[in-house]
Amino acid sequence: MTLARCDDIATADPPDRAAAARRLSLWLGLALLATMTASLATGAAGASLWAALGDLAQGRPLSRMDETILWSIRLPRTLMGALVGAALATSGAVMQGLFRNPLADPGLVGVSAGAGLGAISAIVLGGALPAGAMALAGAHLVPLAAFAGSWATTLLLYRVSTRGGRTSVATMLLAGIALAALAMALSGLMIHAADDQQLRDLTFWQLGSLAGATWGKLLASAPIILLALMGAPFLARGLNALALGEAAAGHLGVPVQRVKNLAVLSVAAATGAAVAVSGGIGFVGIVVPHLLRLASGPDHRMLLPNAALLGASLLLGADMISRTIIAPAELPIGIVTAILGAPVFLWILLRRRMVVDL
Amino acid sequence: MTFTGRDIGVKLGRSTILHGVDFSAQAGQLTAIVGPNGSGKSTLLRALCGEVARSGRVAINRRDVDHLKGWELAGMRAVLPQAATLAFPFTVIEVIRLGLTAGASAGRDRLPLRALDAVGLAGYGGRFYQELSGGEQQRVQLARVLTQVWEPVAHGAPRWLLLDEPVSSLDIGHQLMVMQLLRAYAARGGGVIAVMHDLNLTAMYADAVTMVHRGRIAATGAPAEVLTDATLSRAYGCTLRVNCAPQQGGTWLLPHAATL
Repeated sequence: MTLARCDDIATADPPDRAAAARRLSLWLGLALLATMTASLATGAAGASLWAALGDLAQGRPLSRMDETILWSIRLPRTLMGALVGAALATSGAVMQGLFRNPLADPGLVGVSAGAGLGAISAIVLGGALPAGAMALAGAHLVPLAAFAGSWATTLLLYRVSTRGGRTSVATMLLAGIALAALAMALSGLMIHAADDQQLRDLTFWQLGSLAGATWGKLLASAPIILLALMGAPFLARGLNALALGEAAAGHLGVPVQRVKNLAVLSVAAATGAAVAVSGGIGFVGIVVPHLLRLASGPDHRMLLPNAALLGASLLLGADMISRTIIAPAELPIGIVTAILGAPVFLWILLRRRMVVDL
Repeated sequence: MTFTGRDIGVKLGRSTILHGVDFSAQAGQLTAIVGPNGSGKSTLLRALCGEVARSGRVAINRRDVDHLKGWELAGMRAVLPQAATLAFPFTVIEVIRLGLTAGASAGRDRLPLRALDAVGLAGYGGRFYQELSGGEQQRVQLARVLTQVWEPVAHGAPRWLLLDEPVSSLDIGHQLMVMQLLRAYAARGGGVIAVMHDLNLTAMYADAVTMVHRGRIAATGAPAEVLTDATLSRAYGCTLRVNCAPQQGGTWLLPHAATL
């Protein structure tokens, strides 16, 4: 009898987590549609999405108030929240695959800190720029500087940890920690030089917020983020093989160096663009991929698109909390994601200590 | 068809690990690379599969590997690392399916399950890789490697298994099972090159043996020609005598006496 049971097990196919992941992506897509609708419908001001839609359906023009709130404030904010959430979560998943470490994250290897340094420098030193340069950059100065910071950090990181066309993951992680520390120290220096108004700007930006969303910022960041997201599926097979180690991935025929280059590029682009428009929003890039690996396994072919969907939904959810919980004032969204994300992350670590090889 | 290395030199930092050695393995045979700790036997295998920077030439089926693309090589040979850790909670079957990444065996869905069966782990497909014992993990990796080059001969050319101590973490029963599996692969026309620690298993299963000592080839040939008292004693730094039962009795055990 025991033997028969063993035979049953031997011939049964193992559960197919790929099918579960595909079903999950359907639900995540529906969830994103729901959160986007909810995000359009909620806000401190009393504009009703449903009333406005009713007006539109009957061919009546929107009131000036509704048009401003829905079209100029909530819609760009909702779209930007979805994009930034997708960018942060996908960047986290790609970076973790690249480093073969579930704790790796653009925040960890200094890419976000570099972007932050750029933005803070722009806020504090921006007034000292010659009037001509100021006029040229205008409102885009902070986003541009943040973007430049993330690129510079990534390039420096790459330069330090790459020898003879090969990147050592260990060196890259350690260099990232040093770069993050350096960027934060320099940011601290900047903060000492700031005046009171700048300090308030800085705090809000450092903690992260979607409050500054405009169509202009959205159009500036969307193409970069979408390009990076569309590049991610091409990385999936390579990142799967990379889980075995660089040498083993190479033996499987994976062009390891090309995969690594593309991964670094897409992470820098997505993170830079996201940080530029919304500041430092933590934990999305670590928590989202972790939750998805628990639900449907670490296969990057489904992990990357699912991370984009779940990251977008979660960030929109957090943003709704941030702008309603102390309305009419607004809580920086980074505080919400940290309060929700940090305990989840610790819980994951406790539960999966045995399985996640740190 | 052969797998050859000509004048292979490897330097790590300032020390020379391999001093321009020649190596050759025949398809249809199991070729063992043996030698004491630190002799350079693993480095020789890593040089042959392109994991370390080297001087000299490596050719697989008479084609220079430096002129082959990564995906072409992946269809001609698979490499088993000595120890493999995994960063993420993949299941056993997911690890083995990574062997399908290489083009040649791609799209053959049942292959991973057959490979799992071949290494004696049928029914383990849904288990988490990280929850297995070291010996089980080693056999899962072997199944992945087998999946990559499942048919020993493809398009009229032999394929190759390059294995770094494939039985080092296994118990004696599974050691014999895996060695017989490798023999069968060679018997069907494939080439097997294995770094071996166990000299008894080498004597039992290898068709050819290359002994490495201090970064040079100490001897090469059939097991009986290489595993001699003089060569072994010189390489391993202690007096060794082959085919010699213990004089003072006691319990002793040889894999030769086992039946599967």
